[in-house]
Amino acid sequence: MNVFRFILHNHEQVLELTLEHLWLVGVSTVFAALIGIPLGIVIARRPGLNKPVLGSANVIQTIPSLALFGFLLPVPWLGERADRLAILALTLYALLPIIRNTYTGIRGVDPAVVEAGRGMGLTESQLLFQVQLPLAASVILSGVRVAVVISVGLATIAAAIGAGGLGEFIFRGLAMVDDSVILAGAIPAAILALAADFGLGWLERRLRAR
Amino acid sequence: MKTLQQRKPPSVPRITLGVDLNSGMLAQMQPTAARPVIEFRGVSYGVGDVQVLSGINLQVHPGETLVLLGRSGSGKTTTLKLVNRLLSPTAGEVLVRGVPNASGDVIRLRRGIGYVIQDVGLFPHFTVERNVGLVPRIEGWPEQKVCARVEELLRLVGLSPELALRFPHQLSGGQRQRVGVARALAADPEILLMDEPFGALDPLTRDELQREFLSLQQRLHKTVVFVTHDLREALRLGSRVALMEAGRLVTVLGPQEFVRSTDPWASAYVRAFGDGLESVANRGAL
Repeated sequence: MNVFRFILHNHEQVLELTLEHLWLVGVSTVFAALIGIPLGIVIARRPGLNKPVLGSANVIQTIPSLALFGFLLPVPWLGERADRLAILALTLYALLPIIRNTYTGIRGVDPAVVEAGRGMGLTESQLLFQVQLPLAASVILSGVRVAVVISVGLATIAAAIGAGGLGEFIFRGLAMVDDSVILAGAIPAAILALAADFGLGWLERRLRAR
Repeated sequence: MKTLQQRKPPSVPRITLGVDLNSGMLAQMQPTAARPVIEFRGVSYGVGDVQVLSGINLQVHPGETLVLLGRSGSGKTTTLKLVNRLLSPTAGEVLVRGVPNASGDVIRLRRGIGYVIQDVGLFPHFTVERNVGLVPRIEGWPEQKVCARVEELLRLVGLSPELALRFPHQLSGGQRQRVGVARALAADPEILLMDEPFGALDPLTRDELQREFLSLQQRLHKTVVFVTHDLREALRLGSRVALMEAGRLVTVLGPQEFVRSTDPWASAYVRAFGDGLESVANRGAL
C-alpha cells in the first residue's frame, strides 16, 4: 500500500506532526478544562446563569471551524503565531461539552446525599470537594473525553492557518490530489482519537465503579 | 406536663432536685428544671404565596422523643428542617438550646445536631467507616479517636465492625439505615432529627429498627424530633406526638392520650389505623 510506504518513508515527519497535533489538542483541552469545570460548577450553583453560559458555549460550537480560524487571524497578539490561534479556537470548541457535563454531573448528584451533607454541617466547599465533585467526576470526565475527540478532528483544520499538526498532510494531499498523503494525516489522527477515547473511557469507568 | 409523667422521659431521673419527681412538684419544677432544647415561637414558613407552615408553637424537652405526625404535605419535614436551618422561617423564630438558631454560625449549629433522612443520604463514594467518621474528622479529632468512635458506633447500632470497609451499595437497606443513625450520632450531638428514617424499610426490618431505637434512646437520652406519617410508629416511639395538618400544629399529646383523644383530626387518624393501637401506645411505656 502506498500509504504505509509513504508513512514509513516520512516517519520522522509523521511523528513530528503527530506530536504537534497532540500538543494542540492537549494544551487546548487543559485550558478548556481549567475554564469549563469552574464555569460548570458556578452555573450548577446559580441556576440563573445556566442558560446564558450554556447558550454562549452552544453558539461558539455552531461557528464553522474554518471561519473561526479566519476570524481570529487579525487579532493582534494571537495572529502572530498560528499555534496560539489554533489553541484558542480549539479551547473554545472544547468548552461546551466540558461545561455541560460538569453542570449535569453536579446537578445529577443524589439530592438526598447533598442534603444529608448539608444537614451534617459540611461547609459549601467541603460539600463541593468531598461530595459533589467526586460523585460527578465520571460525568465530567466523559465531557472531557468528548472534547478531546472533537479536538483531535478539528485540529486537522488548524493546518489551514499554518498551525501544523496532522492536517498538514491532509491539506498537502488535497493539493497534490494524492490519497496516500491525505491518509498519512488522517490515519494517525483517527488512531489518536480512538486511543484518547479508549483511554479516557477506561478512566471514566474506573471512576464510576467507586 | 401530664404526658411527661406518663412516659418518664429519660431526662427526668437525671434532674436531682431532692423531691419526689412523680409528685405534683414536677409540674411546678419542670419549666425551670428542663428548659426546652428546641422551641418554636410563632413560626411560619412560606414559599412565594404558598404558606407551608403557619403559627407553630412547640417545645421539645431534653431527652424526649417528639414525633411530628401528619400526612404528606402537612409540613412535618419543613418543621424539621427549620431546626437545623436547612430552611429559615419567614416569621417567628426557632430556639435551639435557648438561643435563636438564626443568630449563630449555621455550620456549628448543624454539627451539633444529628440528622437522619429516609433516603439515608450515605455518601456512595465513601466506605461505611468514612461516612460515619466524616464529621469527627472535619472537626479535627485525632485519627485514633475517630477509629475508636466509628467502631463504638457501629456496635451501638448493631452492626459488625467488619462492615466498616464496605461501601453503601454493598449493604442492605436496614444496614444502610443503621449506618445513617451511626453517622448522625458520630459527634455525639445532643439533638437528633429523624425524617421518616424507617419509612423505606420492609415491615420486619422496620420493627427491628424501631425496637433498637427505643433501647438506644434509653441509653443515650438524646432529644429527638422524629417525623413519620405512621401512627403506629408515632405511638410506639414518641414521648409525645405532635399532630400536624395543612401547615398547622393541631395538637400535642402523649401516646395514650392520643388514642383516646376526641380531637377530630386525632380521632380520624386513629380510625384510619384501626384496632390495636392502645397496646402499641402502652408498649412503649413499659
